[in-house]
Amino acid sequence: MLAIVDYDAGNLRSVQRACAEVGVTSTVTSIPNRIRDAERVIFPGVGAAGPAMRSIQHSGMDSALVDVFDSGRPLLGICMGLQICLDYSEEDDTPTLGIVSGKVLKFNLNDPRLKIPHMGWNNVRVVRDHPVMRSIEECSEFYFVHAYYPRPMQADHVVAVSAYEREFCSAVGFKNFVGTQFHPEKSGRAGLELLERFVEWDGHLA
Amino acid sequence: MIACLDVRDGKLAKSVKFVNTKDIGDPVAKAREYYDDGLDELVFYDITASSQKRKIMLGVVEEVAEQVFIPLSVGGGIRSVNDATDLRLAGAEKINVNSAAVRRPALISECANAIGSQNVVLSMDILKSTKDRTTPSGYRIIIDGGRTDEGLDALEWALMGEQLGAGELVVNSIDADGTLDGYELGLTRMLSDAVRIPVVASGGAGNPHHLFEVLTEGRADAALVASLVHYGTYKVSQLKHFLASNSVKVRMSW
Repeated sequence: MLAIVDYDAGNLRSVQRACAEVGVTSTVTSIPNRIRDAERVIFPGVGAAGPAMRSIQHSGMDSALVDVFDSGRPLLGICMGLQICLDYSEEDDTPTLGIVSGKVLKFNLNDPRLKIPHMGWNNVRVVRDHPVMRSIEECSEFYFVHAYYPRPMQADHVVAVSAYEREFCSAVGFKNFVGTQFHPEKSGRAGLELLERFVEWDGHLA
Repeated sequence: MIACLDVRDGKLAKSVKFVNTKDIGDPVAKAREYYDDGLDELVFYDITASSQKRKIMLGVVEEVAEQVFIPLSVGGGIRSVNDATDLRLAGAEKINVNSAAVRRPALISECANAIGSQNVVLSMDILKSTKDRTTPSGYRIIIDGGRTDEGLDALEWALMGEQLGAGELVVNSIDADGTLDGYELGLTRMLSDAVRIPVVASGGAGNPHHLFEVLTEGRADAALVASLVHYGTYKVSQLKHFLASNSVKVRMSW
């Protein structure tokens, strides 16, 4: 069973509906043991890092997510779900799960015409081969809504990049964890194809 | 490229200058058709929700959200944070406030605090009027789907809405609505120049060149289409190809 982590961040049903569209039933749950028992897990999210982290700590979901990662099962973080899997977020000065080493930083832009949050469709360029990202074509665009971006400590954990004034990491891959800063569930066919890849993925990088 | 589905009693409707509204089909089928043809975002208004004091048809929103995997922006009759969160749970990304925000501007900040500024859209229905003391910009806000004039200046309201935390403006020109004569460029440009948040132009598109005009001369960040695609005059993909061939940045792979 595919489990979707519910931590009161809203919009979980779009992820569930997108999974249904690619033919996979899923369960949205806030019960840590359900997450531990799942075959694969999607950790979605919107909202701010501080409240999101407090919410998953409160429900005991934090250790369940680490357990899923340690067990080698496929884990997909989306947007805030990805950000919380790094070590630390500048947003609300929040220590996070540390599944992947790295930080989450706020956009610091020079061009006053560029708005924060970065919102809308943008190109995603795959820079490192990854089983979940193989569906992404040269000029695929995905839908973004975020004011902070991930910066993994190790360059080889950066799987894809996008540009908003400067280049930033828009997808992260480390062992059986993969994370996207964009929202595949709102990115049309390109997003659905990525989800399809994820639900078929065995968690190995080969 | 954004398509606007005005829905009345669960059916797709289209008006001219906000009156003579006709039913023209099934909103869910249209939404799916446009999505498959490369639409970037869908706006969905329950055009009678506000005046009839009833909540939007959550069921129709859910049905659309089950089939359309692009951002969904929904409005009509939103009077509280609860209304906004109900719609978010039904599958809406962005929430549009309009009449209720004019009556109680704090609604904008309440929604921004609850779901984030970027998801709060201030939708404004605007009528051209004479420039005077109450309407210095020469444009005024009309609420309740074109029924009530509260004597509010459009430019002042746009600036106040931005201040209160709206993350986007939708500029609906009542004068241009359904005329197919082109967007109201002066109005769109005035508001785009005044605020820092994205401005979506709405009302009046009759051919692909009108879209080009409002995205360049009108300085809109996005253009909303309705009649142009609802009656099959143009396909979404055709409009996007036209814009791309005229060097307007649009998403071309879908």
